Amino acid sequence: MAHFPKPLEGSWTEHYPGLGTAPVSYKDSYDPDYWQQEIDTIFKKEWLCVGRVERLGRGGSYFTREFPWAKRSIVVVKDRDGTVRAFYNVCRHRGNKLVWDDFPNEETSGVCRQFSCKYHGWRYDLDGSLAFIQQEEEFFNVDKDSLGLVPVACDVWEGFIFVNLDPEPQQTLAEALAPLSEGLAGYPFGEMTQTYEVRSEINSNWKLFIDAFVEFYHAPVLHQRQATAEESQKLASIGFEGLHYELFSPHSMVSSWGGMSPPKDPRMVKPIENLLRSGLFGPWDKPAAVNDNQNLPPLLNPSKHRAWGIDSFVLWPNFMILFWETGWYLTYTYWPLGPSKHLFESTLNFAPPENASQRAAQEFAFSTFKEYAFQDANTLEATQTMIESEVVDTFMLNDQEILCRHHHAAVREQVEANGRPESYPWMPTPASANGE
Amino acid sequence: MSNTATLPADFADLAPFTDWALDTWRERYEKRLASSMDEMQAFYDAMMPRLTEILEHCDRFDLHDLPDEARNLLLLAFSLCEASFPVEAWRQPRVPDSGSADLEMVREPPL
Ligand code: FES
Ligand SMILES: [Fe+2]
Repeated sequence: MAHFPKPLEGSWTEHYPGLGTAPVSYKDSYDPDYWQQEIDTIFKKEWLCVGRVERLGRGGSYFTREFPWAKRSIVVVKDRDGTVRAFYNVCRHRGNKLVWDDFPNEETSGVCRQFSCKYHGWRYDLDGSLAFIQQEEEFFNVDKDSLGLVPVACDVWEGFIFVNLDPEPQQTLAEALAPLSEGLAGYPFGEMTQTYEVRSEINSNWKLFIDAFVEFYHAPVLHQRQATAEESQKLASIGFEGLHYELFSPHSMVSSWGGMSPPKDPRMVKPIENLLRSGLFGPWDKPAAVNDNQNLPPLLNPSKHRAWGIDSFVLWPNFMILFWETGWYLTYTYWPLGPSKHLFESTLNFAPPENASQRAAQEFAFSTFKEYAFQDANTLEATQTMIESEVVDTFMLNDQEILCRHHHAAVREQVEANGRPESYPWMPTPASANGE
Repeated sequence: MSNTATLPADFADLAPFTDWALDTWRERYEKRLASSMDEMQAFYDAMMPRLTEILEHCDRFDLHDLPDEARNLLLLAFSLCEASFPVEAWRQPRVPDSGSADLEMVREPPL
């Protein structure tokens, strides 16, 4: 029985008729040629989030990002006037990687006045222009103005830094993020600077981990033992229903209930949660930064339900932001490393704690998040290897898995629009992932 | 830190557990994986009744200027966060089925 109302069509999925309701192939999650098409038509064309502006303090602060899937490395740097720019990390002299420490394939960060190449000492200003050539008179016909670092399109939305490897991006960042660019604007991201950042290489296709984080159908089962015995029985018998789903194709969101922070009855949670006043949903006491959720951005808690707990947004193609009712946010980024491998990155962002109790509550929220993330990640390798076995060729998706269905369809739509659809006869073609 | 970490006088009963006063999440997590369930149960049983007092004690200081002894105490509370999952949920040090899965801490708030 449905506990929360569904659209008039009877289901979230049928509310978007283009999605269809048929079983789906998961060959899109291991086929090497399809993976390469994703790189070429999506990852090299779309705005990709590479971090927060808070990582760049004063002018001259920089960090590098490695994109092995594109055989590229980029430097993101803040100029002294505050402008954030991105460049390919390649020296114009003879191609040495410009910014790196110890191991050339590892990311690094720091502060500098200029970038200077380790090989022959060419130097570049923070705006990428070539400032100095060692023994310049030895070169022939030098035009320094044409020898700046190669720029990468870079823009900032609400403090999130995005880059686009397309030399001429088809949309501005704000256009690409619409309607989320407006609908999520104003959230106090900039005040949540107490950050934990983790990463993990995972032996699955990048889309499988998005699948795991855009449906909560698994939660009462996979995460069963994290709840008290009584609570987990209740959760398992009820199952999961989302409060609301919405597609802003290619973006999407699911809104979910919460209500355990603080719980109605202390026996509903584990003993340490009562003492630290914290748990999976974060510290139970909201920071001043969210003003008791009085001025949430318009897209948050779309059903205006009093049991609202968390909204998970997929920002196309590989970035997620999760907003918790308790007043903090989580990000996930998924970087494809191969058809069956990806790099998962996550940040937990809290308002700076004012005392030790708040600090401990945040630490426990991190600890709990990590226990869940391990469970979520564990199933991925097991799933990846079995879909690759091709014993089963199509799989079932239910209505609570609409965002899984949609994200795969949105990927397929972009691959087909720009790639070679005839190469993927195994893909049932939807009319349009946009539906409606 | 090490087992020479000192605690405020009121918390002398926790002295046997000062090897849990570890600076980074990674160290605390590895200590958890390397501990037996008996060791973690003993740590949990000693810490839980004192946790509220530990936080009250530490809350008396500026978080950014904690005396070493209070800081050690707070680090014990952070280790309790890790040890609580094996004790309260898993009955084993590792998250079940987590095999070789691991998580790299790229950045964490300093204490
Ligand atoms: S390769 Fe950079 S100065 Fe020669
Ligand atoms: Fe999960």
